[in-house]
Amino acid sequence: MAQTLFDKIWDAHRVARRADGRDLIYIDRHVLHELHAPHAFRKLDAARRRVRRPDLTFSMQDHTVPTTPGRSDATNAQSTPFLTAMREGSRKNGIRLFDICDPEQGICHVVAPELGMVLPGATHAVPDSHACTVGGLGALAFGCGTTELEHILATQVIAMKRLKRMRIRLDGALAPHVTAKDVALRVIAEIGIAGGRGHAVEYAGAAVKAMSIESRLTLCNLSIEMGARSGLVAPDDTTFTWIAGRPWAPQGAAWDAALAHWRTLASDEEAEFDREVALDCSALEPQITWGTDPSQVIGVSGRVPELASIEAGQEGAFRRALDYMGLRPGMLVAGLPVERVFIGSCTNSRLPDLEAAAAVVRGRHVAERVVAMVVPGSSTVKRQAEAVGLDQVFRAAGFFWGESGCSMCAGGNGDRGEAGERCVSTTNRNFEGRQGKGVRTHLASPATAAAAAIAGRIVDVRQMLAGES
Amino acid sequence: MQPFTTLTGIAVPLLRDDVNTDQITPINRDIDPDWAALLFANTRKRADGSDDPDFPLNKPQFRRPSILVAGRNFGCGSSREGAVWAMLATGIRCIVARSFADIYRENCLQNGLLPVELESADSDAFAARVLSADGAAPFTVDLAARTISGPGGGPIAFVITDADRLRLLEGLDDIGLTLKHAQEISDWEQRTRERCPWLQSAMDSRQ
Repeated sequence: MAQTLFDKIWDAHRVARRADGRDLIYIDRHVLHELHAPHAFRKLDAARRRVRRPDLTFSMQDHTVPTTPGRSDATNAQSTPFLTAMREGSRKNGIRLFDICDPEQGICHVVAPELGMVLPGATHAVPDSHACTVGGLGALAFGCGTTELEHILATQVIAMKRLKRMRIRLDGALAPHVTAKDVALRVIAEIGIAGGRGHAVEYAGAAVKAMSIESRLTLCNLSIEMGARSGLVAPDDTTFTWIAGRPWAPQGAAWDAALAHWRTLASDEEAEFDREVALDCSALEPQITWGTDPSQVIGVSGRVPELASIEAGQEGAFRRALDYMGLRPGMLVAGLPVERVFIGSCTNSRLPDLEAAAAVVRGRHVAERVVAMVVPGSSTVKRQAEAVGLDQVFRAAGFFWGESGCSMCAGGNGDRGEAGERCVSTTNRNFEGRQGKGVRTHLASPATAAAAAIAGRIVDVRQMLAGES
Repeated sequence: MQPFTTLTGIAVPLLRDDVNTDQITPINRDIDPDWAALLFANTRKRADGSDDPDFPLNKPQFRRPSILVAGRNFGCGSSREGAVWAMLATGIRCIVARSFADIYRENCLQNGLLPVELESADSDAFAARVLSADGAAPFTVDLAARTISGPGGGPIAFVITDADRLRLLEGLDDIGLTLKHAQEISDWEQRTRERCPWLQSAMDSRQ
């Protein structure tokens, strides 16, 4: 019978059907972080259980790490217990830790792909909802809670009910300065933040085929923002070329064998999906959120919706969002003054993201009274960016250039904005209080965020660049 | 895990859709926080930091709730399990919603917190009864019978899979359940070492 890519990976990893009807799905690579893993280590210890496959498990310090240059454990006293517990638990269980000073430390969803730990057709789990990011390489990834994390540590399987399948076909070619981030925001706007609930999403179509791996990682990263637990792109030559030679990827004869298998990984022509969605991306302009959930999205030239256009029953939530964001119905978002800009997070902190932002920033300066930060997704990205002088571009323009970590995405390390500030951010969630109490977050691409930092207000990056060229 | 059989207590209405886990428990910088104090820690406050008297959990009749009643897509966003632990620390062992986000629902099941999804007609009727009771009389959730009963009408039946129900009723240890398949896990690893050896081995090729 014709199968989707999701079905193929799921079936290949199904170890057993448990008595309660859940499938036990083998996890090929398990990546932990210090915000949640310490609790699981403690419970595992209390139950006198061991980590079944420490050799397939990796620990990252990312959520709470300071971004201050020259950082150490002592830089941020509140982070120390997390860092210490992670170090202890990883050592005790024999897990490779990418510690705060490791040259390859970084955000788990950035580091695992860039080091070649994520492979097409493999399963991947992280106790973080953005685990879905690595589906951009054709892996099937699951975000999970702390108890599930403990379960995977003890058994190397996750117990799940089979997900439904959705295919999102993205047609057309993207216009200049329109990115995977803009596409993903538009998709969430169309489907809604619960539209993907219970599904694994496969992204297909010409626009996806044309995307770089970094763009596909961004696209898949936002799957959870429409409620989907997993999102993936079928691997192709772009994928294979990107993975080849990465240190933890198979090498030599093992590579050849793996590659032959990976070439079989695609949904069959006849395969049926539980839901199909199609979107033409050719006319898309840069997108930005206006509200307090990631489906409240408009084009950068657009206006905040009018009350009349709001679904019945949602008027209260709409008013609350406007009130929090300090907006009125029908307002243009372009021109809104901005006090803060954040470029980073597992969504948009890879080298091409920083290059896109730097291209806007080069030769310009951050507007007065704007606090602008760039936090590379990994120490590797940071080094690569510095090798081509991007740090100089950002610093010369007045940006803070930080050490790698999750930083202001969730503020778990204390990097936060001030109440009432409007912040254009390349992250994934514009929830109330996410970036600091009272901070008004607008999600956008790195280029749009960079343009906002320079202009001191929300602008169409294309107009900014056209005006000066 | 503590078994869930029946639960009788005050039901608090939080009739909003898309309540996210950042609202339920804002990210916390203490590794062992007071989970009960974290529940809706920001959402329950006004901009000046004082308690919002209109937020349901701040009202005196809802100080000790057992059941939370919510709208659609409850618990979306971050996978943080603290958003379930904070409910339990407050005494809430059942959430009745129109729907749940996937990871949040799973985290509930993993902790003996019963997630009940009601169809829209039942959900509206139950919400109306909870609003009308206003904390003055308790509701009872009976997992064996799959009903919710209380003031304002007859029992409301709910649907939950037999597997999830059994797991909660017996407080089954999830890892224990899976370890019954330890041999199959080893067999899978053996087969995969032969067929797809790159999956069973992760090594830094530079070393």
